[in-house]
Amino acid sequence: MKEVIADIDRWQAAGRRVAIARVIGVEGSGPRDPGATMAVSEDGEVAGSVSGGCVEGAVVAEALSVLESGTPRVCTFGYSDDEAFAVGLTCGGTVHVLVEPLDW
Amino acid sequence: MSGELYRELRSALLGDEPVVLATVTSVEGAARGHTALAAKLVVRPDGRCLGTLGDEELDRIATRDALAALDRGVMVTRHYGPHGEARRAEVAVFIEVFAPPARLIVFGAVDFTRALVEVGKVLGFAVTVCDPRPVFATKARFPLADEVVVEWPDRYMDRIGPELGPRDAVCVLTHDTKFDVPAILGTLRTRAGYLGAMGSRRTHEQRWLRLLEAGADEAELNERLMSPIGLDIGARTPEETAVAICAEIVAVRTGRAEGFVTPLRRGAGAIHRS
Repeated sequence: MKEVIADIDRWQAAGRRVAIARVIGVEGSGPRDPGATMAVSEDGEVAGSVSGGCVEGAVVAEALSVLESGTPRVCTFGYSDDEAFAVGLTCGGTVHVLVEPLDW
Repeated sequence: MSGELYRELRSALLGDEPVVLATVTSVEGAARGHTALAAKLVVRPDGRCLGTLGDEELDRIATRDALAALDRGVMVTRHYGPHGEARRAEVAVFIEVFAPPARLIVFGAVDFTRALVEVGKVLGFAVTVCDPRPVFATKARFPLADEVVVEWPDRYMDRIGPELGPRDAVCVLTHDTKFDVPAILGTLRTRAGYLGAMGSRRTHEQRWLRLLEAGADEAELNERLMSPIGLDIGARTPEETAVAICAEIVAVRTGRAEGFVTPLRRGAGAIHRS
């Protein structure tokens, strides 16, 4: 979380809304542990990461959609999940990511 | 725009102060209506809280578990009933711990200490070197140490011991019973999660007797003192020895020191085999 604060400060100073995505659980082999955090600005700028790069694109899309709806959601990416496999989490693990607007 | 929870978290993180963020990550059955996905509680080490998970009793139990997780420095997900009941699972709470670096205290400003300071820094420890001899305990000899303290080990431990917890490690490298014994006795009075002492099998046996003479409890020594220090990886140089020690620190923390890998204290043969 700490590593994304400077970018969040910058985005908020420019009046841009921010979404936060955090890894809240990992099953099997996963590239990042729970707590890994990514922040996304409403115009699609990104800070931090939640994986080794495999699901970041999908998480950005979820983050923008969550900013649109205002509703937090848990997204699961994993080998058994067809859509996630399509975005390439090939390590065989499953990662659960809480995506929410930074409105708290 | 972000609100007071994020501001509290941000200021703790920027100030390197310990803090825990508890977040509801799933809500089922009877818990619906009490709490909501992403409800949050920010917990400070003194138990002070900001925010709510949606239920006063759930907040109280989650705060207790948040403080326990902070003590151990681990992230966990806990499951509760709608009002924090144990053995139920309608609510999942992700307990995210932001702890300052764990401490590694090295007694003895000897040759092996420099390498241990370096490997300790790689592992993210805040490293202190302590030795009562001002000629040896200098910042110039241990440039990577966060602090170098000229003080008797027992006095130093009396001063900072109460701050130590299960994540912290103490290594006694002096090889000299007049420093080793007070350092070990001083550390046994703390909650430090790791205590190791360097020495040959012979040094170890003599030190063990001195510790017992000085009033140490043998069961506690067996339980807590890793001596001779380190995993048996055949280390010889100060750098290799530092790796063997740090590997043991990790193994003790993860509960793998017994049975999975073999600490030197479980073996009987020569420490340095050709």
